[in-house]
Amino acid sequence: MFEPVIGIEVHTQLKTESKLFCSCSTRFDAAPNRNTCPVCLGLPGALPVLNKKALLFGIKTGLAFNCEIAEFSGFDRKNYFYPDLSKNYQITQDAFPIGTNGHIDVMTDGKTRRIRIKRVHLEEDAGKSVHEGGTITGAAYSLEDYNRAGVPLLEIVSEPDIRSPKEAYEYLLMLRRILLYLEVSDCKMEEGSLRCDVNISIRPEGSDEFGTQVELKNLNSFRAVERSLEYEVERQSQLVASGGEVIRETRHWDEASQVTVSMRRKERAEDYRYFPEPDLAQLNIRRSWVDEIKATLPELPAARRMRFIESYGLPEYDASLLTDTKELADYFEAVVREYGEAKTVSNWIMGELSRLMNATGIGIESVKVRPGDIAAMLKMIDKGTISGKIAKTVFEEMFAEGKSPETIVKEKGLVQITDEEELAKIVDCVIEENREVADQVREGKDKALGFLVGQVMKMTKGRANPQAVNKLLRQRLAN
Amino acid sequence: MRLNELKAHELLPLIRRHEVTVEEAVTETLDRIAALDGTIQAYITVAREHALQRAKEADARLAKGEPPRPLEGLSIAIKDNICTKGIRTTGASRYLEDFIPPYDATVIERLEDAGAIVVGKTNMDEFAMGSSTENSAMFSTRNPWNLNRVPGGSSGGSAACVIANEAVFALGSDTGGSIRQPASFCGIVGLKPSYGLVSRYGLIGYASSMDQIGPMTRDVRDCALILNVIAGNDPRDSQSYPGELPDYAGCLVPEISGLTIGVPKEFLEEGLSGPVRDAFMKALDRLEELGARVVEVSLPHVRHALAAYYVISSAEAGSNLARLDGVRYGYRAPGQEDSASMMAASRGEGLGPEVKRRIVLGTYVLSAENREKYFNEALRVRSLISRDFQEVFKTCDCLVGPTSPTVAFEAGEKTRDPLEMYLSDVYTVPPNLAGIPGISVPCGFDEEGMPVGLQIMGKQYDEATLLRIAYAFEQATDFHRRRPEVPQKTYQSESAGGERSV
Ligand SMILES: [Zn+2]
Repeated sequence: MFEPVIGIEVHTQLKTESKLFCSCSTRFDAAPNRNTCPVCLGLPGALPVLNKKALLFGIKTGLAFNCEIAEFSGFDRKNYFYPDLSKNYQITQDAFPIGTNGHIDVMTDGKTRRIRIKRVHLEEDAGKSVHEGGTITGAAYSLEDYNRAGVPLLEIVSEPDIRSPKEAYEYLLMLRRILLYLEVSDCKMEEGSLRCDVNISIRPEGSDEFGTQVELKNLNSFRAVERSLEYEVERQSQLVASGGEVIRETRHWDEASQVTVSMRRKERAEDYRYFPEPDLAQLNIRRSWVDEIKATLPELPAARRMRFIESYGLPEYDASLLTDTKELADYFEAVVREYGEAKTVSNWIMGELSRLMNATGIGIESVKVRPGDIAAMLKMIDKGTISGKIAKTVFEEMFAEGKSPETIVKEKGLVQITDEEELAKIVDCVIEENREVADQVREGKDKALGFLVGQVMKMTKGRANPQAVNKLLRQRLAN
Repeated sequence: MRLNELKAHELLPLIRRHEVTVEEAVTETLDRIAALDGTIQAYITVAREHALQRAKEADARLAKGEPPRPLEGLSIAIKDNICTKGIRTTGASRYLEDFIPPYDATVIERLEDAGAIVVGKTNMDEFAMGSSTENSAMFSTRNPWNLNRVPGGSSGGSAACVIANEAVFALGSDTGGSIRQPASFCGIVGLKPSYGLVSRYGLIGYASSMDQIGPMTRDVRDCALILNVIAGNDPRDSQSYPGELPDYAGCLVPEISGLTIGVPKEFLEEGLSGPVRDAFMKALDRLEELGARVVEVSLPHVRHALAAYYVISSAEAGSNLARLDGVRYGYRAPGQEDSASMMAASRGEGLGPEVKRRIVLGTYVLSAENREKYFNEALRVRSLISRDFQEVFKTCDCLVGPTSPTVAFEAGEKTRDPLEMYLSDVYTVPPNLAGIPGISVPCGFDEEGMPVGLQIMGKQYDEATLLRIAYAFEQATDFHRRRPEVPQKTYQSESAGGERSV
């Protein structure tokens, strides 16, 4: 049996207003080359100046990934020619990254494993080439858009500690969750604000040697990462089992046919001729600043999940789902602050709210229902003002219109009928209209009782309190 | 005396007192260029219309009673690797022959805010790589003292135009001696400030860790006046010095008694020509007469300076010039099938041989297999040299030596042997590696009437002491008063002339 050895490099765009080394906007939807200046166009004489916010985000992320934050950090030039790279070198961090030696804990199928983070560093993004006439080789001409050139990227590199495609998937989910909690990146793979490159090799189970690495590209979703790895584990295992040898190469994931295809052989590493970026001063990152940043870090997903279990008494399943995003967890806690009974709140959020969100495709950040309104609705159920069943109708209305439950109940006349005299009249009326069934009840057929309850509910359009109806019917049809 | 012959500190009071209009002063300089530059060829671009327009604006301000600015009405020449908004900036390269920057370098903004007027862009070795201005892709500049000799380089055009009265002063850039060596060859004052004192924003990068812009003037007082305007922190240059700066002109007292001046013995070894040695020895005597204590010191690692300099500067240059790829601006080679060939051909056709030589050298010393042996070793040498300077500055207020081993050499004399040419910078390179300031002041003439320069090197950011010593020396000598007799030739509009207006 073979064991996969997987390492993942993630590039994520930082959510800063301006680029890493100039004051151009980072908005990606502007007209081509609108968000450019002498610096990000690489005009002669233009010089980079580091965006302090990006550095702050880098340190924040490093801390969240449990990294050591460098006291002396700095930038290097990575030299290679490509038309979308305006200076024909990328300003990145090679020798002294912001963060090193970190880790995160990842749970896969109920089992938690620690994945080490090798490094976290800042670098600038490149522009985009548009090849008119399709492919790069067949194009009549190419256009360059430098709006993206110089947008800050954070590269997060794992050690080759991941041992299954599923674990790779869970690692990426956790990584994204942390970045979203930190509010440093949008992590939108479909917009290219998060990209991943994956390395995989296999080795006999129990061995601690490393096999020949294959790099996977064109991974446009976390699922694609998982599937391509599954395919690759299978391919490499069969290859080795049948006496073949894995070649060091880059392979392209073909989403349509769900296979990896060889792109190019990698006989030796490319020589990027790194050297210290002389246009930027060395960074001396003050410890007091790092401590300040540490003190303002938000509660991270793992810690929050733990707290939900311990202080709200929630099952692990609930706690995991509720802490999946910061927004959902915040929402949950806002309701609990008003209502108190955490499990009931959890049931409603994971039940009705999730169902409606899925059905409409609305995310928690745009849900119209205010946390206070859910709490108010739950209190109305407790007081018997509405039944649990009516509450679902009320909630659908709250979700669609954003009105308060009080308003909806009043507008639609949904207040539960609890007045015994009023109910008794209706019950008597139903017995009168269904004598045969009533007789069956008298003979002890409980099923028949259910029918009569249903009739009462029908007449009251669900507003009758079912327990009260039950009680009245039993009293009147008692032998 | 004609207006264009006046130094900045002589012309300024006339303008302030309304005895001379800015237009009159600028016109004198422009006329001098028109009369002389066909011979000297110091300018790549003459911005006549631009300068006259600015002169009229300045006169209008003064007529309204606005107070005169620190450099009001002074005609300045700018080395053509410093970006000027709306005035083409070529770096003396075919590649940027038609490049008109959309922005001003910080030094240009500061000079113009102070009232100075750009009259043109001066010739240089392509992208500042050279020591004779013969590596210009445009043409060679002649030394006004002897038209068969080079003006030095790479800021040869700036040096030549200042001594020939074709500008009141000029800006040069200095990465390994490019201000000081031509200043020495042309008999003017040239200052390379401490690294970070003057903003590099807008200077076409050659070796970013050493590049500095500095004044090239007819005397030390002018140098201090200009430095007052261009020095100071710039948030657009991350390597810019953030400290408070003194009034450099206010520091000029001709009093140096009690100061200790070191003479590095390594600067007087083989390679130093007789006439330069003689002039230098006389300069030492003069400094002693002025009351300074002259002592011999040693900088044991400077003999490796030139090698370290060429490794580091070429590595940085290769990367800095990678942006010249035909994609966004500048020269684009026609008839290429794909972007990679277009980029390669644009560089191949647009860049000159010395530039290519250094790009190849820079690529070589940074390659994985050579990096440790060359680049990292050069960085180690660099820090040893810095330490050598720190050591001697514990006991010395400044160091002196010859600026260049020889006086200006014949045109064509060293173009065939790059190594021979590189040796011209042997004394000027160490301050760039260490980030300390260096100034060249005239200290004599050889038998053929060619000027010799004295280099004074100071502690980092202590330009005040450096200028004071230079000033004291200058006031005790009269080398800075001499001017060359240049045979005038009418300006040929069909030769360089058409190309030179904007
Ligand atoms: Zn920009």
